[in-house]
Amino acid sequence: MIRLFLSFLKIGAISFGGGYGMISVLQEEVLANGWLTSEQLMDFIAVSESTPGPLAINMATFVGASQYGFSGALLATLGVVLPAFIVILSVAALFTNLMKYAGVKSALTGIRPVVTALVLVTGITMLTSIVFSYTSIKSEFSFNLKSAVIFLIITFIYLFSKKVLRKNISAIMLIVISAVLGILFYGLI
Amino acid sequence: MIAVIERELVEKKKWISYDEFLDIIAIAESSPGPLAVNSATFVGYKTCGFLGSLLATLGMILPSFVIIFIVSLFFEKFLSFKIVGYAFKGIQVCVAFLIISAGIKFLSHLEKNVFNYFLFVLTAAVMIVFSLFSVNYSSVWLILAGAAIGVFVFFGKSFFLKKDEKKRKAALSETTIDKSDANEKEKL
Repeated sequence: MIRLFLSFLKIGAISFGGGYGMISVLQEEVLANGWLTSEQLMDFIAVSESTPGPLAINMATFVGASQYGFSGALLATLGVVLPAFIVILSVAALFTNLMKYAGVKSALTGIRPVVTALVLVTGITMLTSIVFSYTSIKSEFSFNLKSAVIFLIITFIYLFSKKVLRKNISAIMLIVISAVLGILFYGLI
Repeated sequence: MIAVIERELVEKKKWISYDEFLDIIAIAESSPGPLAVNSATFVGYKTCGFLGSLLATLGMILPSFVIIFIVSLFFEKFLSFKIVGYAFKGIQVCVAFLIISAGIKFLSHLEKNVFNYFLFVLTAAVMIVFSLFSVNYSSVWLILAGAAIGVFVFFGKSFFLKKDEKKRKAALSETTIDKSDANEKEKL
């Protein structure tokens, strides 16, 4: 249980960019500790995304609860919030100008492109593991047509609403659509 | 999210000014942790000190904690329904899509310069190679390396700029000396 707390402390401490910025570290931690399979992780992300509240906190509560019930949920949530709480508190109390210091700023300029790559590559590896079940050179290559079609449909709907209707479709709406597509493709066809 | 926070704190409750709100967003974006928690802690402290920050942060967390905890109690049973399982097969694809689109959004907000592209491509390459050969690694090191490179490049740059400045100053003073020499000669 201490391991759980420490893991989420780590996730909380380096989750720059909010929300999906922490996705790669989160994935490493839950897989390495055997808390979730990568499919469960994606299910949890979907639930956390469709319920109110920040993704990081929802994920912490969810993973904690799935491992050790209430006390696990409490510890993991505490862990993920604590670093941010301490950093912001000290910024508010001591050095309001911290963020204007050149050193801090320059560290952030280095962190931003790295986090961008982390998020993008994590998403792409998730996709290739679903569609091609391909994760490393050792894994067999197999093509999952249904998932590929679902991905193309979602992408089309997203781009259509963005470019043609000029409206950003919400994440929850996309999740609902993909749920219907999942039932349609896997349950009925 | 940002719009809700702004309406509630700046317009309705008037706990902070709009300028302060912009500061908070800037600080929250450049420190770890979710934006909502960061702004709760900050505003709590500004209005009622430490206790305020504690209460505001707890208040921020509580609703999602309760909701997710209740969901987690039923989630496994819920998943055991066949139709729900099928739905989640589709949803998993959607999650991958959401993460990719978040990554693309990050990428489009990145300032377009050599430094950013270089770090981006380098990180992506390292990740792909490591995961292809199933090497265990932690993204924490990549993030820390990014921070270190950022600081290194910055101080390297300012060092060279200072050198340039010294040269320029030296050149300037030489020309002024020349001029004063000329002036003196004219006087003579």
